[in-house]
Amino acid sequence: MALLDPIKVMLGRQPGRRPSDRSMDPAARAIHQAKKGGEGKKERVAAIKAERDLHRSHKWRNRRWASIIIVNLLFVLSFQFDVQLIEGSLTASRVIGFHFADLNAALQVMLAYKEILINLVIGTVTVLIMWWLLGGRTFCSWVCPYHLLAEIAEFIHLKLAAANIVRDFPLHRGLRTVLYAVFALLALVTGYTVFEAVSPVGILSRALIYGPGLALIWVAGLLLFEVFITRRAWCRYVCPIGLTYGFVGTTSPVHVKYNLKECLHEGDCRQVCMVPHVLEVTKKGYATLVNEGIGPDCTRCGLCVDICPTHSLTFDIKGLNKFTKND
Amino acid sequence: MNSEPIPPKKLTRQQRRDRRAMLRSLGVGIGVIGAALLGFFPVVKEWMRRLRPPGALDEAPFLAACIKCGQCVQVCPVQAIKLGDLDEGYGVGVPYVDARAQACDFSCDAVQCVLACPTGALSHAINAKEEVTMGVARLARPSACLARLGKGVKGVARGRDFGGVHRYAEIDRWTPVPVAEYEYDLELCDLCARECPIEGAITIERLNIDDRDLRGSPVVFDKCVGCGMCEMMCPTDPPAIVVDIRESRKEA
Repeated sequence: MALLDPIKVMLGRQPGRRPSDRSMDPAARAIHQAKKGGEGKKERVAAIKAERDLHRSHKWRNRRWASIIIVNLLFVLSFQFDVQLIEGSLTASRVIGFHFADLNAALQVMLAYKEILINLVIGTVTVLIMWWLLGGRTFCSWVCPYHLLAEIAEFIHLKLAAANIVRDFPLHRGLRTVLYAVFALLALVTGYTVFEAVSPVGILSRALIYGPGLALIWVAGLLLFEVFITRRAWCRYVCPIGLTYGFVGTTSPVHVKYNLKECLHEGDCRQVCMVPHVLEVTKKGYATLVNEGIGPDCTRCGLCVDICPTHSLTFDIKGLNKFTKND
Repeated sequence: MNSEPIPPKKLTRQQRRDRRAMLRSLGVGIGVIGAALLGFFPVVKEWMRRLRPPGALDEAPFLAACIKCGQCVQVCPVQAIKLGDLDEGYGVGVPYVDARAQACDFSCDAVQCVLACPTGALSHAINAKEEVTMGVARLARPSACLARLGKGVKGVARGRDFGGVHRYAEIDRWTPVPVAEYEYDLELCDLCARECPIEGAITIERLNIDDRDLRGSPVVFDKCVGCGMCEMMCPTDPPAIVVDIRESRKEA
């Protein structure tokens, strides 16, 4: 139940309504109760936010961008200088001799080809274990080159939206689930890896490593769509790779943890988040526990951690918190 | 019967917004699937017939099994393997060999691209260059063939600006040399047979028993694997000898 609900939300269901007081943990209920009323709250919130803006941190974003650039650069340089550190591209590679295969690309190949080679299985299992440990959709925000470009497109979109030049036309999040099923079915029925023809991840990775081609026009088109029409359309509503890694991250130890205690419920985190439905718990009166894990659709990008003025959102490794100080 | 028209249901703002979002989602979904399905045309209509790297499965299973990672590109010592672009539909990111520009000369010995392939799209059943079945050479323009005209080759085979390389065994077994830097001095052109990496695949047969008549003609034997070296080395333009892509690559 506790595991199934976040998966349903990831697949497109609207997050649930505010839980009743009775379903809450007593400690959480007490915190919610204590936050009611109170004088001078506005001033206190303004002061905390002003303090945050004075020392605005981009720690996790910077680390993440460095990670995306370094990982992709390793692929490029490894081929350019023939050092054989990482051979291949993001769809499949050999890292110091070990097979790695992107889970979604491997799935497409298995469905289309219907024969499974041991090397592919080894590569798939290796990657599965790696991304389970690291948090599933961590792949999206820490490795995927399209994510970085989409973040830039999103930045432009928000600037234009603020100037009333464009506005966001949101889609239904269930679209990604439908497309996931359709692409799996198409691979199975047609015998071609249909999704790979439009996957901006594969296209970009190959363009970086083997040189640019016409396929980049498609990627440019996607980015333009995201600038002028729908904010983060591909990553939010379309990408089956994201959903694949979302499943992997369901039980992952690395996640963002929400602590109810100091939260001001101002929703700055939901403003910057690519998948704000996972942050539903930060709404006033929604948290049923004092500490809650953020759902599997979370890409562990850390934008919410960076922007939270009260450090209510933090990176956390399940099972390790008993060794760190209890706050 | 009551013929009174049913008053249209008033939708709330939220419902209308949801409905529009739903329609947009449908549109975007159809758009993405449609774009992906466009990849069928180049494949089904065979707009691009490509010579595939050694060990490649038949075209349809090959496109299915290839994970489009380019590891075969990375290991090829003469960079004979290139990746397909968007105009090849489901061939995007799939490796091919443009033999005229750079053929596979098997100088890697152990068919490295096959060993590099993580999915078996380049079938691991192949262990030696003689087992490869990429295509088969054919003397397409006999009237242009220098050997048939009794002409030789003085100087470079393909001109000074030709970018292809070849690992000439007599120079350095391990370093590819630009074809544009290698000078020939042949009384009769036999480059297709001379540079063929498969022993006994192509020979130049004399057209006349008379010793004063040098003229000969390339003859392609069953051993030909279709690597395309003859097509790359052929000094005439367009080449007199070409590689036909084998329709069904036999399982070794």
